[in-house]
Amino acid sequence: MELWFTERHTPNVKFSIKVDRQIYSGNSEFQRIDVFDSKEFGRFLTLDGYMMLTEKDEFIYHEMITHVPMAVHPNPKNVLVIGAGDGGVLRELTRYPTVENIDLVEIDELVVEVCKQYLPTTACRFDDPRLHIFYEDGVRFIRRCEDMYDIIIVDSTDPFGPGEGLFTKEFYGSCFKALHDDGIMVNQHESPFYAEDALAMQRSHKRIVESFPISKVYQAHIPTYPSGHWLFGFASKKYHPTNDYNGTKWSMLGLKTKYYNPRLHVGSFALPNYVEELLRDVE
Amino acid sequence: MFDQNRAPIFEALQKFKEMRIVPFDVPGHKRGRGNEELTRFLGKQCMDIDVNSMKPLDNLCHPVSVIKEAEEIAAEAFGAAHAFFMVGGTTSAVQSMIMYACKSGEKIIMPRNVHRSAINALILTGAVPVYVNPDVNSQLGIALGMSPDQVEKAIEENPDAKAVLVNNPTYYGICSDLRRITELAHAKGMKVLVDEAHGTHFYFGSNFPVTAMAAGADIASVSMHKSGGSLTQSSFLLMGSNINADYMRQIINLTQTTSASYLLLSSLDISRKRLALNGREIFAKTVEYAEYARKEINGIGGYYAYSRELINGGSIYDFDISKLSVNTLPIGLAGIEVYDLLRDEYDIQIEFGDIGNILAYLSVGDRRQDVERLISALSEIKRRFGKTGTGMLTQEYINPIVADTPRKAFYADKVSLPLEETAGHICTEFVMCYPPGIPILAPGELITEDIISYIRYAKEKGCSMTGTEDINIERLNVERSND
Repeated sequence: MELWFTERHTPNVKFSIKVDRQIYSGNSEFQRIDVFDSKEFGRFLTLDGYMMLTEKDEFIYHEMITHVPMAVHPNPKNVLVIGAGDGGVLRELTRYPTVENIDLVEIDELVVEVCKQYLPTTACRFDDPRLHIFYEDGVRFIRRCEDMYDIIIVDSTDPFGPGEGLFTKEFYGSCFKALHDDGIMVNQHESPFYAEDALAMQRSHKRIVESFPISKVYQAHIPTYPSGHWLFGFASKKYHPTNDYNGTKWSMLGLKTKYYNPRLHVGSFALPNYVEELLRDVE
Repeated sequence: MFDQNRAPIFEALQKFKEMRIVPFDVPGHKRGRGNEELTRFLGKQCMDIDVNSMKPLDNLCHPVSVIKEAEEIAAEAFGAAHAFFMVGGTTSAVQSMIMYACKSGEKIIMPRNVHRSAINALILTGAVPVYVNPDVNSQLGIALGMSPDQVEKAIEENPDAKAVLVNNPTYYGICSDLRRITELAHAKGMKVLVDEAHGTHFYFGSNFPVTAMAAGADIASVSMHKSGGSLTQSSFLLMGSNINADYMRQIINLTQTTSASYLLLSSLDISRKRLALNGREIFAKTVEYAEYARKEINGIGGYYAYSRELINGGSIYDFDISKLSVNTLPIGLAGIEVYDLLRDEYDIQIEFGDIGNILAYLSVGDRRQDVERLISALSEIKRRFGKTGTGMLTQEYINPIVADTPRKAFYADKVSLPLEETAGHICTEFVMCYPPGIPILAPGELITEDIISYIRYAKEKGCSMTGTEDINIERLNVERSND
């Protein structure tokens, strides 16, 4: 018997992982949720058939979306995470003792429940006393926030389906309003490689540039996402991601990471020419 | 009792497709084969049913089989004695009901804040309007409904009038006391015609204001394509039992196409079925969205999303809570400016913006997340573009001075003048913002300085102005004076 999970990365490209067995399948009010076991990537989570994370490569995404802003901001105390029902960002954040409060806004409570039960690798810090979970649309939650957060991490799904609103100008504008004067917003920024993803990436970048004075993009290699070449957005009111970065200070914290390090931090902001051009086109 | 599960035109079209009839008739695209690009664009399904009237499909001009049956089922669904399928928009329905009720020179009592289609009908028929000036809510700057007192006065002063036309609900959702107005008119033998373009859902949802047919009105024009879900341009004309439906059909046929589109007809048939079967749930969902959005928008501060609290027993007898009308003046922006910002900055297209208000059209087709986007975008517009609300023109409506009948003015000897020089002249054309399409000036009305400055202000704020021969609205056509 051969059982394969397949995701269409473009109408002409497919990505498949051989599945050992299906662990969970269910439908929430918002989406279909599936969990599989595989030999190559370990356990993995999909939403509406789109790959969200695998046990083997989730550390890349979660470290890069969390440590980059945490290392730039000199004193992050109050952090908002939008999306991230799998708990991966939360796991990384709770490693910082100086963080006093984490608000996590996830639209789909079932995602959290499923991850708590089947994905202990990421969903391992939901009992942290600094955490407050809000099950609602992030677009709605952020609308009411003003001058509240040091860092906002937007760990969204794709710019279609329930996460669509997290790629809009009204959302980025609301994030700007919700941040302190030296606040930083980091977001999942799609991929520059395939045409359709690149378009979404450009649209998203354009809207962030229009909303924040500093708006940079950094990259990482994530094998199970389309093309493997993934981007993050770094939007900030005051701090520049590399000029205002003190790698030594971060190293002194003594956090053990598998992907992130101070040299990589600076290097991840160095982008291929074609990506720089895509970004420049909308700046 | 008819079975509302039926949809005779839809069923006949399905049967017709199975018959595989060879077309040596119009349309010449022959099921799309003769126009490949169009077929790729619209789809084979669409082209297959774009056919001409024929025996198995009946004929809209003279219905005897499936269209007749579909009209009877629709009439029952709306609580009407008769219903006609209309393919020329609600415009043609409004015109037909006025042409039915009034001949040349006969009077019709109507509010001035009607859609241009009603005044167009006056040009076509030569009927004489007796305008009831609507009350204006000065805070919101919008014209309201007709109060029974005003209608009663107009009826007393014009006992020879043939009909009373009511616009119900207005674009903004404001309703008049239809029952009382109908009683007053019927007591003097006048017909009651209702422009119910924005009220399709009243017939199928629960807890909505009274419908024209339930209030005993004689004729109503219902835009099925607005809240009813059918294709653009399709509409219903509804009649009570005192109307001669066969004469009405002759009236309709004066101006209606003889090649009615089966795409439009089937969309009316299927949409009526859908609403008759599921209307309650469909509109409960719409109202839920509207109520939620209203609460959130009012929570932003500045904006005023209004609702039933406006009801005053007279000119606002009831309010349609499925409408999301928002006054934007307190944040220092004209409605049209917010309308433009929503589209240009936030990729959100709403129904219209005028001087002081915006209207977002909600329906069962909306998604929760999109409603959240709309609210957030309004919140952001206030943060980024909001000003103090001073220096804003609020008046949405200026009482017109009628000097001539619309028909006489429209066909009069005319001369084109620069806008600034037109004060004191009689206008021979329409000037309006579209949408909503309610004229600022109609043919036969006196141009005043107030109206000129209103037109200038609306242009400056970016309203899309229409109606005049001069596409840039720099000049107006006026009646040539005799001296």
